[in-house]
This record gives sequence, structure tokens and C-alpha cells, in this order.
Amino acid sequence: MTLAYLILLFVVSGLLAAVVGRRFATGPRWVALAACIAAAGLALKFLSPSSGTAWLAELDVPWVPALGIRFHLALDGLSLLLLLLTAILGLMAVAASWNAISERPGFYYLNLLLALAGISGVFLAMDLFLFYFFWELMLIPMFFLIALWGHENRQRAAIKFFIFTQLGGLLMLLAILGLYVAHGRSTGEYTFDYPRLLGTVLAPGTALWLLLGFAAAFFVKLPAVPFHTWLPDAHTEAPTGGSVILAGLLLKTGAYGLIRFALPLFPGAAAQVAPAAMVLGTIGILYGAMLAFAQTDLKRLVAYTSVSHLGFVLLGIFAWNTLALQGAVMQMICHGLSTGALFMLVGALDERLHTRDMRRLGGLQAVVPRLAAMATMLALASLGLPGLGNFVGEFLVLLGAFRVNATLTTVATLGFVLATVYALWMIARTFHGPAREARKLADLTGRELAVLLATTAALLYLGLFPQRVLDLAAPGLDRAQHAIAVEVSHAP
Amino acid sequence: MTAFEGLWLIPALPLAGALVLAAGRRLPRRAVAAIGVGSVGTSAVIAALVAWQFIASPPAGHAVSQVLWSWLTVAGFAPQIALYLDALSLVMVLVVTVVGLLIHFYSAAFMARQGTPPGDGYRRFFACMNLFVASMLILVLADNLLLLYLGWEGVGLCSYLLIGFWYKDPANGQAAMKAFIVTRVGDAALAVGLFVLFANLHTLHIQNLLREAAEQWTPGSAIAVAAAALLLGGAVGKSAQLPLQTWLPDAMAGPTPVSALIHAATMVTAGVYLIARTHVLFELAPPVQSLVAVIGALTLLTAGCSALVQRDIKRVLAYSTISQVGYMFLALGVGAWSAAIFHLVTHAFFKSLLFLAAGVVIARLREEHDLLKMGGLRRAMPVVFWTFLVGALGLASMPPATAGFSKEAILSAVWNSGAGAPWLFAAGLAGVFITSLYTFRMVFLAFFGEAHGTPDGETDPVMALPLVVLALACLCGGLLHWPEALGGHGWLGGFLSSTFGTEVQAGPVGTERILGAVSEAATFLGLAAAGLLYARRRACLPGLVRSPVGVLLHRLWSSGWGFDEIYAACLVRPFVSLARFNRNDGVDLVYQALARANRWFHLLLSLTQTGRVRGVATGMTVGAILILLILVFQ
Repeated sequence: MTLAYLILLFVVSGLLAAVVGRRFATGPRWVALAACIAAAGLALKFLSPSSGTAWLAELDVPWVPALGIRFHLALDGLSLLLLLLTAILGLMAVAASWNAISERPGFYYLNLLLALAGISGVFLAMDLFLFYFFWELMLIPMFFLIALWGHENRQRAAIKFFIFTQLGGLLMLLAILGLYVAHGRSTGEYTFDYPRLLGTVLAPGTALWLLLGFAAAFFVKLPAVPFHTWLPDAHTEAPTGGSVILAGLLLKTGAYGLIRFALPLFPGAAAQVAPAAMVLGTIGILYGAMLAFAQTDLKRLVAYTSVSHLGFVLLGIFAWNTLALQGAVMQMICHGLSTGALFMLVGALDERLHTRDMRRLGGLQAVVPRLAAMATMLALASLGLPGLGNFVGEFLVLLGAFRVNATLTTVATLGFVLATVYALWMIARTFHGPAREARKLADLTGRELAVLLATTAALLYLGLFPQRVLDLAAPGLDRAQHAIAVEVSHAP
Repeated sequence: MTAFEGLWLIPALPLAGALVLAAGRRLPRRAVAAIGVGSVGTSAVIAALVAWQFIASPPAGHAVSQVLWSWLTVAGFAPQIALYLDALSLVMVLVVTVVGLLIHFYSAAFMARQGTPPGDGYRRFFACMNLFVASMLILVLADNLLLLYLGWEGVGLCSYLLIGFWYKDPANGQAAMKAFIVTRVGDAALAVGLFVLFANLHTLHIQNLLREAAEQWTPGSAIAVAAAALLLGGAVGKSAQLPLQTWLPDAMAGPTPVSALIHAATMVTAGVYLIARTHVLFELAPPVQSLVAVIGALTLLTAGCSALVQRDIKRVLAYSTISQVGYMFLALGVGAWSAAIFHLVTHAFFKSLLFLAAGVVIARLREEHDLLKMGGLRRAMPVVFWTFLVGALGLASMPPATAGFSKEAILSAVWNSGAGAPWLFAAGLAGVFITSLYTFRMVFLAFFGEAHGTPDGETDPVMALPLVVLALACLCGGLLHWPEALGGHGWLGGFLSSTFGTEVQAGPVGTERILGAVSEAATFLGLAAAGLLYARRRACLPGLVRSPVGVLLHRLWSSGWGFDEIYAACLVRPFVSLARFNRNDGVDLVYQALARANRWFHLLLSLTQTGRVRGVATGMTVGAILILLILVFQ
């Protein structure tokens, strides 16, 4: 039941925040803070030694029995890692919104917490209908966050975000229904339950179409080039807290969906599209990095780095060996932390300067040395400096992918160089050189510094002691890989 | 308890120093200096103890391992955070800690003199320097290539941070970025090299990997060639060899102690260390090893020529560093591993000495870098003059500074090695002449001739002491590996034989003496030429420079053979224009077109919504007739 409570916690506290917000403007943020801390506490409880390949926790009750829909939640190490990330980035988003949100704070935090509820549900659902339900649940509050509290072009960005993800989601719904029918026809059992749907025998053509339906949703969310163009707009226009959630968590649901559902459900078809997907991943790494370099808006630059970093994740997932998958998971977590923190920094700069245009920045190191130091640190994480977790992720992805496709991996390694170019460019344009105008700015506050230092410490820990995370993710990844191995061995 | 148990402290102390300095916002300057210098100093002491024990009672197998913790274990990939000390890494550790200590000591005074940039630059400087020393020590002590890569990137980072130390001048930031990006090109090659090695040998543990490679790979096989070539790519970037040498001259934008420590004594020789460390792979790939020699020979000549025409004293030294590291590559390329390391050690002495002395000159001349605006400084700053002279003698390999003997060891190895070609030897010999010429050009221009103004103040004793110590090291450095031709027995080569095994053997004593004499002759020729051109009021120099060939060469050499222009035209500008051209993301145009098409259709259809009954009725009638027609004729 704890799993249900976890989701319920976000929903209830969201409603509470909305109610409290009617009377006290500063109330909702405290509610949200408490909710995220409580969620982290609940998730941490599962960190005790894992028990082999069984679920760490499970909840499985009928929901709509007539249609074979169950309320099936389950937690393994992989889900747990992403849940922890959800709680932590929730905290970061709350910290980033602390003083930034003055308009309708109750409704803001309601949306924030509902988005977190949806995301947690996505990471826990083991029933495809339920999964789709949560998938949509996280979309609506995110739309409001962008459309109501965003920057200048928020309406357009929010609608673009909505159309892209909704189209992908609908295609996934079609694929889910297709799988439901196909499984029902061949076995007589109509169910949306993921464990039971695993190993469904499908005609190769059908499997490919169904996989593409799932992939449509996940590739858009990830995002894979060429389905990425909603991302820079949405990330740039969203309020800082929203950007943190978008980059840190929402993108991860795409990667998670691929690892948990798309590939294990349709292993044959996945093997068929893997080469193309790996090419898309590599293109994403290089294309995203090049676009990041070209930007003049600091926030847009950071947004495009996500395209590049998630390219590594896509490459690793479709390389589909233990090394690459572990790398992809590590990259998901570290990208969530480092990019979330970068968005927070950009937000902090924007709050102080009211501009994100790098052509008007420069020389800020002398003005805000602590902010500059933290930005440099996060830029280094972004460019994959060894000792930080991002390096472990990227290196493992490439090491694993190299066995599958050496040429492509070699090209992808150029991403290291391009990442250096955009990361150093960003630092140089923003913090080095002479100050453009005499500025007197407040350096990072204690609240900001604490969050950023904690993030840096976490990245260092993940870079030097990644084994705990790797061990946690291992059973889930094994299970996914096992599903494929079984399927492929049964194939005619 | 043996000294080896404290091995981990050697990199850990400077690392701790860096962390304390990074966190200690309220530390007074004295405390900063004490922590910065003290941590490296303690490391040096421990390194000396370790060395003492290593030499007095060598450990089994002439190597010690110390596992600190298991880094990660995934599907058979299990690199550890573990240190490995053998003769080679011991020599490197000693160079890094001892030279590092002297430079830190010097910096304590030097950086206090500099107009400290805001944001307590003094503390930032020492934090970065300590982090650099720690990273460099991790690099040379790593027992696997992944940990080595961590140190490798760490030194690159510190180099970036310190080149751009005076960040207010955008040029410094540009230089720092250039250094990091260019070396990262090499690093990417190195990373792919690690992928190749792991995919084929299933480990990145250096010693196991070398053993496996020797067993599994046939010499000259494609896989061995690929692996060695990729490692070479990394080495070329870090060590500023052709074709990735362009970052080093610009790196002189950093404070002078940084140039001495990072861009002369230690980091730029990391590539040499990497190749020496994995020498088995290069022996298995003869074409790549020959390529190392060719790169070395070409680099030492081209960089030497560029050094001849630079006016900025630090840029002369920078090109000289590229050229001297070229000698090390030449030695590696002919399999004279220990000769390369010998030159690495002596080069660390004389080049850091030259940089530190130049730093005093520049500081006392109020940031004057131009050699042509110096002159007559030998009376005004005698300590600097004499120590600089000793360093110059070491660089030009002229007695009584014995440090330069390492270059003769390399030339002799090139001559004697089966892999060496006559033209490689000729290139090395020409390099000796060029080295001597540009070295004494510096000496004559800076310290002789007329004075152009008086220097400020006195040389700070804290800065003078390291100069004197390094000068002594230059005088005695050759004793480390006193050649047999002069009655020595080549101690360093023997010491390193536990790492390298058998190497190029010296020829008969008679031949060796002739080689030595020829090389000395080239040196003295260079001195004479420098005297003729620069000491005697530069009588015939203008004629040379104004001749058409002279003009061309001068332009070519002073721009570093135009590499920067070529890269700008072929790589940088196309990339930047492409990125700018595509700034708004061409892919999005497709979606925008879709959106526009949608809107267009919407407008088109809404045209029909006129609300006029007549129009609607006409439409219905025409439609009905059409449908009927279709039904009838189907």
C-alpha cells in the first residue's frame, strides 16, 4: 500500500496547497516542501537490502475487472532510483520556486505536485492502462505550469508541448489497445497487466507497428531528434521550477518507458529498429550540442544540452547490453540532477538580472563568484568530467555501445568535444571577460547554495561511488534483458 | 609499517589542500600559502620516503599496488580506484612533487606581487594548483586506464582554470578554452582507445592489459595498430605535438608559475608518460611507433623554428617546450623509453627554471614580455641572470649544466636503434643547433646589450631560492644517467629497466664519443650564430629578415606555421557558421510548415462558412448531383 500512499501523498498535499493558498500566500510552498521531504522519506524506506529479483513492493488490486484493468503498482530498484530522483527534483523545483512564484501560489503548487504524482505513477504502474492514465496525468498540470507561470511566449510553447506529447500519447494508446486485443485474441485473456502481456506472440509486422506506437510517445518525451523541437520552447518558456521538472523528470519517463515497456514487450521488433534508433541517438548527441552552442539565450542553451545528453541515453538503451543500459540509467539520474541544477542557476540569474541573453552578460565572476563557481562545476558535469556521475553514465553507454556498433560509437564520442565547446562557451560568455556594466548583484542565497552544493556532492558521490546505484538498477535491467532473451530464444 | 602504505597520501594531501582552500572563504593569505605549499611539500616528503624504501629494498616484482576502493563493477568491467607504483611512476611522482613544491613555494611570493584579481584570487590560484598536483599524481599512479583518464581530464581542467586565471581579459578566456577544447579532441581519441582495448582485452587494468595484449596480439596486427594509434591521439593532444600543438603557445596567458608547472614540467609530458606506460602496445604496433618518432622529429624542428622568431619571452619558452617534448617523442618512437623519461626529468628542471626566472624578469619589468624591449639585465638582476644562464645551458645541452645530456642520450639512441632512420638523427641534430640558437638569442636579448629602463625592486628571496635549487638540479641532473662514454653507468636507465625491460643498447664507446662531440659542435655552432646575430648589436640580422625568403619564413614561423589559420578556416569557422545558420533549428521548420498548412486549410474551409442561404443551397445541389453521377456511372 505504501506505493499508493506515495502517489496519494502528492495528490492530497497538492489539494491541501491549493486550499491553504487561498488564505496564506506563503503556505503552499511549505506544504509542497513537506510533501517532497515525506516522499523522499517514504522512498528511502525501500533502500534496505534488495531481495534478489522479486519486486521490492507491490500493490495489485482489480480496478475495472470487466476490461481486465488492474490497479497494479510495483517497485524495483530501477523504479526506486527514479522515485528518489522525483522526490529530490521535486525539492529542487520547490526551492527554485520559493520566491519566484507570487501569482496564485496555491494553484501553482497544486499543479507541481500533481505533475509529481503523475510522474511517480508512471514509474510505478505495471498495468498499461494505468500507465497511460498516469502518463496523461503528468501532462495536464505541466501544461498549466508553462501556460500560466511561464515567460513571454508561454502560450505558444505550452500548446506546442501539449500537441507533441498528446499526439505521441495517443499513438501509444492505440498501440496499448492493439496489444490488448492481440493478446486477448491469441490467449483468450483480455488484460492490460504488463507481466502477463510480456511474451505475447505477435506477427512481426504487428509487433513493429505496436512498437512504433509506444516509441512515438517515448521518443517525443525523451526527446529523440527529430521529435525534439517542443523541448527548447517548453524548457525556455517554463518557470524555473517547471524547467527543473521537465528536464529532470519528464524526459526520464520516455527513457524509462523504453526500458520497461517498449523493448521487453516487442523484443524482435526492437532489435529490428535498434540500428536506426542508435543512429538517432548519435545524431541527437551531436545535433543537440551544436544547437546548444549556437544559442544566445542561456536557458535555451541549457535546454538543447538535454537533447544532446538524452542522445546518450537513447544510444545506450538500444545498444541493449548491461554496460550500456547501466550507463543509460546513470546518465538519466545524473542528467536530472545536473540539468535541474543548471536550470535553477539560470533562474537565479534571471531573477537578478531580468535577462538571459548571453550577449548582454559577461564578467559576472567578479560580481557573483559563488554563482560562477557553481555554474562552472555544473558545466563540467555537463561536459562529462571524470569524477562526476555524468561521466560514469556516458562512458558506460559508449563502452557498451562500442561492442554493438564501433563506428557509430566513435562518432558519438565526438560529443565529448562538442560538449566541451558549448559548456566552456557558456561559462566564458556569462562569467568571464570584462563586466558589461557596473552591476551590484546578490550572490547565491543560503537556500540556493545549499541545494546546489547538495547536488554537486551527489554528482561527486555518483562519480566516485556509483556502485550502489548500479546495484539498485541491476535487477530491473536484468529482468528487462531476460524478457528479451526469452522472447528471442522462442522466436522461430 | 612500510612507507608504501602511505602511498595514497601522496595524491590525497594536495587534494585535501585543494578542498580546504576551495571551502575556506575567510582564510588569511598566510594560511592559504601554508596550506597550498605545505600540502605539496608533505607529499614530496612522503614521496621521498617511498623512493628511499623503493631503492633501498625493492618490493617484489619492482612494483607496489594499493587498492583504495572498487570504483564500479558492471558486467566484467571492474576498474578500481587503485594506485600502482613502479620505477616509472616513482620517477614521475618525484618530478611532480619536487618540482611542484618548488613552484608552489615560488608562487607564494609571486602571486602576492601580482595585482590580485577580485574574488580572492590568491586562494583560487592555490586551490587550482593543488588540485592540479593531485590530478597529475593520480594520472601517474593510476593502475588502470580509467583512473588514468580521470587524472588526465583533471589536469586538463586545472590547466583550463589556470590559463584563464585572469578572466577579465577575454583573450585569456579564449586561450583557456582553446587549450581545453584542442586537448579534448585528443582525449576523445584516447577514450575510443579505451573502448577498443576493453572490447578486445576485457580489462583496463594497465599491467594485465599489457600482458594480455602481448599474448593475444601479433605484432603489427590491425587491432594493435588501432589501439596504439588512438592512445597516440590522446598523447599528441596533451603533449602539444603536431598536429594538436596549437594550444600551448596561447596557454602562456596563464600566470608564469602555471606555465612552469603545467605547461612545461608536468602536464605536457603526460603524453610521454602515457606512451611509456603502455609501451608494450606501441612495440606491438611498429607503424604507430614509427609515427611517434616522425611526429617527434617534425615537431621538434617546426616548433624550434617558431621559437627562433618569437618576441614574447614566454612564447619562446612555450615553443621550446613543444620542441623538447618532440625530442621525447622521438626517443619513444625509436624505443628508447628510458632516454625519453630521462629527458622528461631534466626538461622539468631546466624548463621550469627558465619559466620561473622569466617570471621574475617580467614582473620586475612591469609586465614586459617583449625580448626586444629588454636588454642588459645581467647587472640589474644577477641571481636571475646566473640561474637563467644555467637553465639555458641545460636547454642547449652545454656543459657545465649536465641536464642537457639527456638530449645526447636521445640522439645516441636514435643512431643506435634499428628503428631509427638517418634522417631522424639529422632532424635531431638540426634541432640541437636550433635549440642552442633560440636559447642564446633569449639570453643575449634579455641580459646583454643596452638596458631599456630599470627593473623594479629586488628579487624576492622566496622566489630566488627555487631558482637556485633548480639551477643546482640543472648542473647535476646529468648525473642521474651519466653516460658510459664518460665513465658512468647510466643509473636511471638501469633503474627503469624493471619497467621497460631491455632497450636500445649504447654503441661502442668510440662511436658514442663521436656522437657526443658532433652534438656539442652543433650546440656551440648555435651559440656562435646567436652571438653573431644578436649579441653584436644585431649587425647582419636586419638584412636576413628583410630578404624575401626571410620575410616569408618570419611570417610563417612567428605564426606557428599557420596552423591556427588553417584550423580556423577548415574547422572552426565552418562549424560556427553552420551552428549560427541553424540557430533556430531547421527541423522545427517542418513542424512550423505543418502548423501553417493547418492554419491555411482552416482559413480555406472557413471561407465556405458564409452564412448565405443561396450559397449553401447551391453547394448542396451541386454536391448531390455529383454524388448521384458517381453512383450512376460506377
